[in-house]
Amino acid sequence: MSSFSFKGGVHPDDGKHLSKDKPIEKYTPKQVLVPMQQHIGAPAKIVVEENSHVLKGQLLGEAGGMVSAKVHSPVSGRVIKLTEALLAAGRKSAAVLIENDGLDEWVECKACSNWDSLTKAELLAKITDAGIVGMGGATFPTHVKVNPPANKKINALVINGVECEPYLTADYRLMIEYAKEILEGISILLKTLDITKAYIGIEANKPDAVKLFQDLTKNSKDISVHSLKIRYPQGAEKVLIKSILNREVPPGALPMDVGVVVQNTGTVYAIYEAVKLGRPLVERIVSVTGEGIRSPKNFRTVIGTSVSELIAACGGTQGKGKNSKIISGGPMMGFALHTTDLPVIKGTSGIVVLTDDKAGGGEDYSACIKCGRCVRACPMGLQPYMLGILAEKRMYDRAKEYKVDNCFECGSCTYICPSKRPMVEFIKATKMVLKG
Amino acid sequence: MATTVEQPKAEEQAAAVAHSSAYISVSPHIKGKYSTSGIMWAVNIALAPAAVSGAYYFGMHGIMTLFLCIGASVLCEYLYELLLNQKITIRDGSAFLTGLLLAMNLPANVPFYIPLVGSVVAIVLTKQLFGGLGFNLFNPALLARAFLMISFPKILTTWTAPVESFMSSDAVTTATPLGILKIDGYQQLIETFGSKADLYLSLLFGNRSGCIGETAIIALIAGGIFLLATKIISWHIPVAYLGTAALMAWIFGAKGAFFAGDPLLHLLSGGIMLGAFFMATDYVTSPMSSIGKIVFGFGCGFLTMLIRLKGGYPEGVMFSILIMNCFAPLIDKAFQPKVFGSVKVKGRAS
Repeated sequence: MSSFSFKGGVHPDDGKHLSKDKPIEKYTPKQVLVPMQQHIGAPAKIVVEENSHVLKGQLLGEAGGMVSAKVHSPVSGRVIKLTEALLAAGRKSAAVLIENDGLDEWVECKACSNWDSLTKAELLAKITDAGIVGMGGATFPTHVKVNPPANKKINALVINGVECEPYLTADYRLMIEYAKEILEGISILLKTLDITKAYIGIEANKPDAVKLFQDLTKNSKDISVHSLKIRYPQGAEKVLIKSILNREVPPGALPMDVGVVVQNTGTVYAIYEAVKLGRPLVERIVSVTGEGIRSPKNFRTVIGTSVSELIAACGGTQGKGKNSKIISGGPMMGFALHTTDLPVIKGTSGIVVLTDDKAGGGEDYSACIKCGRCVRACPMGLQPYMLGILAEKRMYDRAKEYKVDNCFECGSCTYICPSKRPMVEFIKATKMVLKG
Repeated sequence: MATTVEQPKAEEQAAAVAHSSAYISVSPHIKGKYSTSGIMWAVNIALAPAAVSGAYYFGMHGIMTLFLCIGASVLCEYLYELLLNQKITIRDGSAFLTGLLLAMNLPANVPFYIPLVGSVVAIVLTKQLFGGLGFNLFNPALLARAFLMISFPKILTTWTAPVESFMSSDAVTTATPLGILKIDGYQQLIETFGSKADLYLSLLFGNRSGCIGETAIIALIAGGIFLLATKIISWHIPVAYLGTAALMAWIFGAKGAFFAGDPLLHLLSGGIMLGAFFMATDYVTSPMSSIGKIVFGFGCGFLTMLIRLKGGYPEGVMFSILIMNCFAPLIDKAFQPKVFGSVKVKGRAS
């Protein structure tokens, strides 16, 4: 156990038993729809034309700005058309529809087995060229994150293997099946950041992953493995830094302000492939699970695979009712989908289908009874009940006094509320109004 | 190591898309097991042993008062919401709880109009006019009792001894232990019950005069433990309340000497157990933070003992909780949680 912990949090049923023992299976679709907006920041700019032939790993979209990421073709084949794709959050993005020729022809990849001889700048260029973004769901461009301004002294790399979202097992399977690759990715990252210390945080509900990484790092004095208390949202960046290093990221600040860079295990694996194998980010692990899925699985699939295809590959859904939900991501912070006709993107960690009895949200809510459960559950030390009441009364300005900006919408308050008040919804609305 | 999955057939894909009209709402998509009505009914259940004990000791009069209070409170809530075209909330158990608590805070053989007037004050004046559940400033049952106490002082301070037989309608008027303590003193109280041990046993099992629901201490403690075990209440308010009261009773309880009082007597008599576990802990009218709850409990204990030892009334639970209700929002404001990252924490690693 780690010697530190965080205040608050909740402990939902994790539902991970449905898919945690399902080994990663490869899935290749006949066609892919690749959006240009798969990351936070400017969308990528399409650089291919309709009817042109593309190879797997070929550049489809050039980064659209400083904070942006390149997009590559996940298959070899023909560009059917340049079109639009729906994203999980409800927005649309320009996208490239490609027919898979099934030949799996890669562009020339510059594999590099002796990456240790590369400079910091060369490593960073490889990460940039691979179009890697945060794969835990936040999708912040990784090359920006691992290249902090010179005045921010980084001294710790934290690897996020917590996967505290219920149901999801993508990171877990990756850790179990690709542990050595992840560790090599960590070494690459340490060199890129020019630091020596890495801390791997894994929630205690994955004891075999903890054991595996402890065994593999027992001779390393620079990489330590931390088994963390089972408590949602243990895997939130700020919470994780607090739990492992006992450092608190101040309101409005970033992890780099306390000398830390956090990377998800999936991202670290992508960095390994980018540097060691020279492959851009075109595949990821996706858990398709939940009580509403007939046969839950963990897929290794290409970006652009249709969600409905993956669900069908799991035998389809079951137990549909009026409240059942299809979620992109985990049930605590993911997006409810009104259609499955959208593609897997770089940040899609899972598709969770909840049956009527498991799904909550959207029900009638009643007045706050001031039980204080949300205050105790908030990992950021906020008073969610008050933010909810202020939003109801449209007193948005006063929400600033209650530090609404410090909320990262983990959903603990809304999960625990006996009056079923949709605090996250209230808070999202408040933030939108304050942004103007 | 990765095996390849076959591509699904077209009809399978169509089946998956058919699922698409799923429900949409903002995250989180799962909800915890607590519900407001679940909590209210659990508190009602926790009060049941003490209510049954009250019915046993005070017979038909006690039962009638219990039924009248609960019925009138639920009816008041229903009629008010019906007349104002509001959502009917009588199923959430809170009006039932208010009625039950009101009855438990009344002497057994009050005339029938007392529960009716009390219920109107509790439900309409104290709760609904302020906006309903969650918006009331005062504990509805206690404010109703305070209203009755001022309007009908004689009735509200006429106590009957536990009945000889269940169906008996004879009521023997008698003083409460705290009343005897106030008027005649500590020695007289012990003599009334025979011995110190008899006094404690009578108090513990509720065989004494008093309000319907306050006498059976052992049943109230059982209910309190149930609420603590189910995490419906936390220990802070009851411990701070009872602890402060016991300490003050010990220090100031005896006439003419410090540190010679009888704290056990004060904890076992009056309505302090009912107040500390079931009324001071009311979510709406008490603070939220742990420190705030301790301050609130301390205030309740302090004021209760101040009234018991120095005030004009033999018992101070009701007024002390009502006074502290006024302070609850201020206490919440004074003890807000520390915003994450707002104070520098020394790092371990470097």
